[in-house]
Amino acid sequence: MSAEKAEILGRIRAALGPRHDTRVEEYAAIPRRYRQASELGAEARLDLFLSRIQHYDGGVFRCDTAAIAGTIASALSDRGKRRIAVPAGFPRDWLPDGFEFVRDENLSYEDLDRSDGALTASTVAIAWTGTIVLHHSPSEGRRALTLVPDYHLCVVEADQIVETVPEAIRRLRALNPSLVTTISGPSATADIEMTRIKGVHGPRTLDVIVVG
Amino acid sequence: MIRVGDAARAPSFPVAARRALGNAQLRRNVRHATEVIRNKRAVVVSEMTDWQDLRDSAHEIKDHVLRHLDFYLEQFEDNCTRAGGRVHWARDADEANRIVIDIIRGHDEREVIKVKTMTSDETRLNVALEAAGIVPYETDLADLIIQLGEDQPSHIVVPALHKNRAEIRELFLRTMKLTALGPEPQDLTNAARTFLREKFLRVKVGFSGANFAIADTGSVCVVESEGNGRMCLTLPRILITLVGVEKIIPAFGDLEVFLQLLPRSATGERMNPYNSIWTGVRGGDGPEEFHVVLLDNGRTIVLADEESRETLDCIRCGACLNACPVYRQTGGHAYGSIYSGPIGAILTPQLQSMQHSTSLPYASSLCGACYEACPVKINIPEILIHLRRRIVEEKGAPLGERLSMKAAALAFADSSRLSIAQKLARAAQWPFKRDGQLSKMPGPLAAWTASRDLPAVPAESFRDWWKRERGKS
Amino acid sequence: MLISLFTTCYNDTLFPETGKAVVRVLERLGHEVEFRSAQTCCGQMHYNTGYVTDALAIMRHFLRVFDGAEAICIPSSSCVAMIRDHYPKMAAESGDAALCHQVDALLPRVFEFSELLVDKLGVTDVGAHYPHTVTLHTPCHALRSLHVREQPIRLLRSVRGLQLVDLPREDECCGFGGTFAIKNADVSVAMLADKIDCIRETKAEVCAATDNSCLMHIGGGLRRQQTGIRCMHLAEILAATAPAAMPGSPAR
Repeated sequence: MSAEKAEILGRIRAALGPRHDTRVEEYAAIPRRYRQASELGAEARLDLFLSRIQHYDGGVFRCDTAAIAGTIASALSDRGKRRIAVPAGFPRDWLPDGFEFVRDENLSYEDLDRSDGALTASTVAIAWTGTIVLHHSPSEGRRALTLVPDYHLCVVEADQIVETVPEAIRRLRALNPSLVTTISGPSATADIEMTRIKGVHGPRTLDVIVVG
Repeated sequence: MIRVGDAARAPSFPVAARRALGNAQLRRNVRHATEVIRNKRAVVVSEMTDWQDLRDSAHEIKDHVLRHLDFYLEQFEDNCTRAGGRVHWARDADEANRIVIDIIRGHDEREVIKVKTMTSDETRLNVALEAAGIVPYETDLADLIIQLGEDQPSHIVVPALHKNRAEIRELFLRTMKLTALGPEPQDLTNAARTFLREKFLRVKVGFSGANFAIADTGSVCVVESEGNGRMCLTLPRILITLVGVEKIIPAFGDLEVFLQLLPRSATGERMNPYNSIWTGVRGGDGPEEFHVVLLDNGRTIVLADEESRETLDCIRCGACLNACPVYRQTGGHAYGSIYSGPIGAILTPQLQSMQHSTSLPYASSLCGACYEACPVKINIPEILIHLRRRIVEEKGAPLGERLSMKAAALAFADSSRLSIAQKLARAAQWPFKRDGQLSKMPGPLAAWTASRDLPAVPAESFRDWWKRERGKS
Repeated sequence: MLISLFTTCYNDTLFPETGKAVVRVLERLGHEVEFRSAQTCCGQMHYNTGYVTDALAIMRHFLRVFDGAEAICIPSSSCVAMIRDHYPKMAAESGDAALCHQVDALLPRVFEFSELLVDKLGVTDVGAHYPHTVTLHTPCHALRSLHVREQPIRLLRSVRGLQLVDLPREDECCGFGGTFAIKNADVSVAMLADKIDCIRETKAEVCAATDNSCLMHIGGGLRRQQTGIRCMHLAEILAATAPAAMPGSPAR
C-alpha cells in the first residue's frame, strides 16, 4: 500500500472512529420508497417516449420488423444522408440499398468525421426522460461511432422501452456492462446568456426508429 | 498543501459582496440565469410524485457511504484496477497536481483536453500544468470562456453566467484569432465547436472529474450536456480522472436515484443529454490507459466533524445557488472560492480547517431555501449555524459581538435585568430619536440605519403595560 | 382555554402593541390570557449567531417559566421555529435526560399565533374589521419550518372590509436574517430592495406578517423611502374592530 493511500485511509478511520461491521445490513436498510415500476401500458409508454424524443427535436419513425430497412432508407433520405458508418455487428438485412454503409472496423476518427452519420441499435430506452441507452455491444458500436459523426439514427425495439430510470438501471445492471452511454436528445448548452443551443459537440441531430 | 482555489487569499464576503453589488450587469445576468434554471427546475420537479422519496434515499445513500468510506474506496480501487484502470491517492492539491503532471510527462505529451471539473479548479491544476509546460484546453463552453478570458467561475453549473454575448464574441474574436463571427449564441457555440474539434481529434491526453465513482463495479460516471465530455473520455489515448473521495457511491444500481435528482436539480432537465459510464479500459473502444486520482484535500477533515459531515453529500448540482437570495444578489465571485453560494459557504471554510474564509458562514439569512432545493437534503442552514458556533468556540468572533452577546445573555437570564435593559435603552436613545424612529445610529447599528429606519424603544414595554393594566401576573 | 402569552423579547421591548393585540383577540374569542412576567427570550439570536452555551441557558429559563402552561401563544414565527427545530437538539446535546423530557412535553403546547387560532382553536373569523388593502409577507421560518402559510391568509380573508393582495415572489427572503442584517448589511439591504419592489407592486396600504422581525426590516426600508406603506403584525389587524379604532401602533 502506498504511503498516500495508507495516510488517507488512516485519516478516514480516525475521523469515523470505531464502528460495528454492519455495512451490509445498513445498505440494505436504506429506504427506497421512490417509484421503481411502470404505471403506463405499453402503448402509452411508447407514445410518451416518442413525444419526448420529438420534444428534443428528434425525428421519430415507427415500423414493424419487416419494414426496418425501408424505414431506415426514408429516415436517411429525409435528412439527405448518404455515407453512414455502422457498427460491425449491425444486422445486415436491416440495411437498405442506395446508401453507402461503412462498417466501423477500426475507422480512424477522421473517417468517422467525414461520414454523414452513424446508424446503430440500442440496449434500453427510457420513456419518461426520452433517453436512449447504449452499452456498446457489437450492434451499438464503440463510443466514438455515435460521437464523432454529426448525425445519429438509432433503432429501438419497442420491448426495450421502459418507463422509468430505475427500470432501465436494473436492466443494465443485469448485463454487467463495462461501458454505458445514455443519450437524451442532441447535445446542448445554455452557457451563453442561458440561451439553449442544440448541438454542440456530439451529433447535432438524433432520429429514432421504434420497431414493433 | 490543502488548497481551495484562491480562497485563502480572498477578501471577506461583506467586502467582496459590496463590490459585486455595484456591478449592475453582473447582477442582471445572475438574476436572469438563476431564474431561468429555477423555473425549469420547478416544472420538472413538480411532475415527480416521488421527489421527496428520492431525496431521502439519496441522503441516506450518501451518509452510508461516508460512514464506510474506507471500505468503499478500497472496493472501488480493487474493481477499477481489475478492469485495467490505475488508481492513485492524493493527500492534497499539490500531490494531485504532481501525479497528473507526472503521468502526462511520462508519455512525453504537452497538451491535455479537459472536461469541466470543479475539483481541478480546487487544486488549481491548470496553473500547475502551465508551470510544467503542459497546455490545458478547457472544453466545456463556459469553462472555455473562463479560460480564454483568464476569468474566475461564478457558478457551479454555468460558470460564465456573468459574461454576456457581446463580451464573449469579443473574447472569441481576439483569442481564437477569427476574422468574422456572428453575434448570436448559436454563432458563438459554432465557433467553439470548430475551435475544439481539432483538439478533440488530435490531443492524446484527456482529463476529467467524476460525478460518481461506483464501488461495486469500479466504474466512473460523468454527467454532461455538450458532448465535450464524451469527446475527452473517448478519443484520447490516455485518460486521467480526478475524483474527490466523497464521490463514491456503493453500487451501480444507486445511479437510479442520482440520475433522476442531478439533471433536474442542475439544469432543470428530465435528463441531461449525455451520461458516460466506463470501467477501466476496453480494447478497441476509448483510451488505452486510464488513471484515477482519488483526492482528499481536506475532505477527511470535514468527515471528522459529525455535525457537518453531510456537507460531503454534495453532488455539485448548483440548485442551492439558484435558490439562494444572497447568491442572487452577489453572484459567485463574492464567495472568494470556486465553490460559491450556500454550499460554498459551508464547504470552503471546512476544507481549510476553518482557518480561512470564516466570513462565509455568515453570508446567509438562514432562510432555508437552499435546504429545500438540495436534492440530497444537506441541511445547509443547520451547518451554517454549527460553523458559526465553531468560530465562536474557537474565539474567532469579533470582540464587540462577543461582549454584546454576553450582555444580552445576562439580560435574558432574568426578567428584572431585561426590564432594566429596556429602561437603559430608552434613556440612551434620546439623542437619536426623531418621530418615534432612529435614523442615524453610531456603532454597529450604523450598518442598520444607513438604509433603514429603526423603531425607537417606546415609552412603555409590553410587560410594563401588563403590570399597569392587569396589576399582577 | 387558559393561554399563556410568550410575547418574545423584541416584541416586549419594541412592539408592545402586538402583544396587546394578541391579548385583545384571544380575550374577544372568550379565552383567558396569562403573561408570566419572568419570561425573557427564546434564545434564537444567540443560537443562530453561534452562542450555543448562552442559548442553552436561555432555553432552560424558558422551560422553567412556561412549566405547566396549557398552551403557549407566540406571535413570532421565527421564535416558534427556534423552539421546535432547535430545542430538542440542544436538549439532546446537553445529555440531560430531564431536559429532553421537558422539551418533549413543551413542544405540543407551543403555537404560533395564527396556528393557534386556525389549527388549535379552529377559528378563522375573529370578528375583525379593517377596511384596507393588505399584502402578506410570509416569513421564511413560517414557510419552510412551521409550514404556516395558509393560516394567516384564511384569517385575513375573513376580516371585514379587508382586501388581500397577493405578494409577488412571496417565497423569497426579505433579507433580515437576524445578525445578518448588520454583518452583511449591504446584501441585506439589496434583498430588501427587491422585497420593497414587490410590495409596492401590490399597491397595498399595509404589509402584514406573522413576525415583527421581518417587518422591522421591511418597515425600516419602507419608511426610509417614504413609501407611505405601513407594516403591521397580523395580530394588530385581527384586533381591529371598528373602522375608526385603529390601534396606535408605532410605525416600523
